[in-house]
Amino acid sequence: MTTAIDIRSVVKTFGEFTALHGVSLDIADNAFFTLLGPSGCGKTTLLRLIAGFEAVTAGEIRLFGEDIARLEPNRRPVNTVFQHYALFPHMSVIDNVAFGLKMQGLDLSGRRARAGKMLEMVHLSAFADRLPSQLSGGQQQRVALARALAPAPKVLLLDEPLSALDLKLRQAMRVELKQLQEDTGITFIFVTHDQEEALTMSDRIAVMSAGQVQQIGTAQEIYEAPSNRFVADFIGETNLLEVDVHQVHEGRATLTLPGGHRLSCPSALVAPGRHSLSIRPERVTISDSAELSAADLSATVERVVYLGSDLQVLTRLADDTAFTIRLQNAARTEVPSPGAQIGLHLEEGAARLLAD
Amino acid sequence: MAGGDDSWRPLAPRLLIPTWVVIGLFSLLPVILMAVYSFLTKEFRGGVIWDFTLAAYDQFFIDRGLFGDEPARLEWTYINIFGRSLLQAAICTALCLVVGFPTAWFIATRPARTRAVWLFLITIPYWVNLLIRTVSLKFLIRDNGPLNEALMSIGLTSGPLPLVNTNLAVQLGLFYSYLPFMVLPIYAAVERYNFALSEAAADLYASRWTTLREIVLPVVKPGIIAGCILVFVPALGAFLAPDLLGGAKTFMIGSLIEEQFKGSQGNWPFGAAVSMILLTLVLIALIFYARTAAREGAR
Ligand SMILES: Nc1ncnc2c1ncn2[C@@H]1O[C@H](COP(=O)(O)OP(=O)(O)OP(=O)(O)O)[C@@H](O)[C@H]1O
Ligand SMILES: [Mg+2]
Repeated sequence: MTTAIDIRSVVKTFGEFTALHGVSLDIADNAFFTLLGPSGCGKTTLLRLIAGFEAVTAGEIRLFGEDIARLEPNRRPVNTVFQHYALFPHMSVIDNVAFGLKMQGLDLSGRRARAGKMLEMVHLSAFADRLPSQLSGGQQQRVALARALAPAPKVLLLDEPLSALDLKLRQAMRVELKQLQEDTGITFIFVTHDQEEALTMSDRIAVMSAGQVQQIGTAQEIYEAPSNRFVADFIGETNLLEVDVHQVHEGRATLTLPGGHRLSCPSALVAPGRHSLSIRPERVTISDSAELSAADLSATVERVVYLGSDLQVLTRLADDTAFTIRLQNAARTEVPSPGAQIGLHLEEGAARLLAD
Repeated sequence: MAGGDDSWRPLAPRLLIPTWVVIGLFSLLPVILMAVYSFLTKEFRGGVIWDFTLAAYDQFFIDRGLFGDEPARLEWTYINIFGRSLLQAAICTALCLVVGFPTAWFIATRPARTRAVWLFLITIPYWVNLLIRTVSLKFLIRDNGPLNEALMSIGLTSGPLPLVNTNLAVQLGLFYSYLPFMVLPIYAAVERYNFALSEAAADLYASRWTTLREIVLPVVKPGIIAGCILVFVPALGAFLAPDLLGGAKTFMIGSLIEEQFKGSQGNWPFGAAVSMILLTLVLIALIFYARTAAREGAR
C-alpha cells in the first residue's frame, strides 16, 4: 500500500513552548486516518503543518515521497475543511465551491459543472445561489466539504468538522463522511477529540497527548490493547488497578489482583514489578455473595446509574478503590442493590497490563 | 424575554422624541434655513432682505459680463472651483486609501496590546486644533522652513521649492487632515476580518495577491467605503487647508462659502446657494452609491 503522508520526527515550537515533540506518522493512501487527543495536544498544529500554514521547526513531511516542508500552502495538493468552515461570506454557495477550481484555471463552464456535481454530492443543489450566512450550521459544514473536495486533492484535512453540529446531525454526518471517503478514494486526515467519532469512522487512529503520539492502530487495537495508561484512560471507560506482576513469559504475565486472586493475562511488558492493569467495565460479570470465593475480585455496590441501554454499577473494592461495571439493560439482567457484596468475574481478555 | 414586562412598549415612540428634537434642531432646521436664505436678497454688510429672488443661483451659473448688460453665458468661475474641489477631494481620498489601507492593516494585525498603542499614536495629533496643525504645516513647508532648509543643506535642491500656495500644498494639508478618517474605519473592518478566510483561499491554491483581491478587499469593503465617504465629503468642503496653504489659484468650495459669511464683503444668499449646490452634489453621489450597493447586496 502506498504511503500518502509520511511525517518524520516533526518538532514544532512556538517561542519557548513546544507543541509537537518529534511526531512520526505513516498515513496510507486511501485511508480514513484520525488524529485523536484531548484539547491542546497539538492536533490542529499537526494539521496546519501538513497544510502549510505553519512551518516545521524540525523534521520532515513527505507527500507521496516528495518533501513539502518548504512548499507554500497554495502549492500543496492538500485541501482543508476548517473547524469553523471559513466560507467566503461574500460569495454564493456555488462560487465558494468553485473557488479552488477557478484558482486551478478551469474555465467557467467546467467550474460550474464540477461545482454543481459537488453540491449534488452533499445534497445542496437547491442552495447553490444562497450566501453562506443564509445556511444552517450543518449545511455550511457540507459546503465547506464540497469546496475542499472540488479540486480533487490527494489528501483532505478535516479539523473537527462535526464539533459545531448537534448530536443527531453529527451521527448522520459520520456515516456520510466515511461513505464519501470510500467513494472518492481520497485520503482523509480527520481531527477530533471525540473518541466515539474516532472509533466509528477511522481505518486507523493516532492517539495524541501533550504533543506526542501515544499509540497508532485500528479502532479495535486501540480500544482492546491500549499500550499505556493514557490511551486506556482516554479511550472509553476503564478501571485502572495497581497490581504486582510476578512473572512474564511468552507474552503472558502472572499477577496478583487486590484481594489475593492470581490472574494470567496477555502483556507486552517485559519486567515484573508494580504496574497498572486496565479492566474494561463491560467485560466484567457479577455474581452474588454466595460465590465470592470463586470471583476474581469482590466489591461493595455503591450506586446503580441508569443509562438507558446500559446500567452502570459503581462499586468499591476491599482496598477502597473505585471500580465501575457496565451491564446491559436486558430483561434477564439481575440488578444488584446498593450495599450488596458482589463478586466480579473478568472475562477472557478483559484485563490488560499497561506500560506507563 | 418570555413573559417579560412589556408595559414600557407604548412608551417606545415617546422615547425617540429627544432624537427627533436633536435631528430636527441641528440637522433639518439649518438645511431648511439655508435653502430659504439662498432664495433671499443680499443686504450689503451681510445679512438678508426678505425678498425672494433667484439672484444667488443666477450669480453662480450665469455670466452677464462685468456690468450685467451682455448676453447671458454660462459662468465658469464657480464651476471651475467646484471642479478643482472635486478633483482635490478625489485625489485626497485616493491618497488616503493607498496610505491608510496598509496602515490600518498593519495596526489590525499587531498583537492586541500593541494595537491600542498604535491607535493612540494615530489619534494623538487630533488633540491639537486643526487650525494650529495646518498653520504648523505651513511653517514646515514655507521657503525658509525646515523642509526646504533640509533639502538645500543636503544638496538635493539649490533653491527653496515653492510649496506654499500650490495645489500640492493644499493636497498635503487635506491628506494630513483626513488620513485618520480613512485609517479608523478600515482598521475596524480588518480587525473583524477572519484570517482563516485567507488561509482557506491559500489552501484552495490562491496566491497572496489573488487572496487580497478576491477575498480580503471584498470582505472589508464596507470599511473602505465608509473611509472614502468620511474623507471625500469633508475634503470637498474643506476651507482651512486651502485658505492657509493655498492661494487664489487653489481656491476651493469651502473657502468660497466661508468668504460669503465673513465680514462686510459677504453675500449670505450666495453662500447659502453654493452650500445648497454642494449639498445636492454630495446627496446625489451618496444616493448613487446606495443604489449600487443595494443592487450588489441583492445579487
Ligand atoms: N500560534 C501559536 N502560538 C503559541 N502557541 C500555540 C500556537 N498555536 C498553538 N499553540 C499551542 O500549542 C498547543 C497545541 O495547540 P493545538 O491548537 O494544536 O491543539 P489541539 O489539539 O488542536 O486542541 P483543540 O482540540 O482544543 O483544538 C496548545 O497548547 C496551544 O496553546
Ligand atoms: Mg484544534
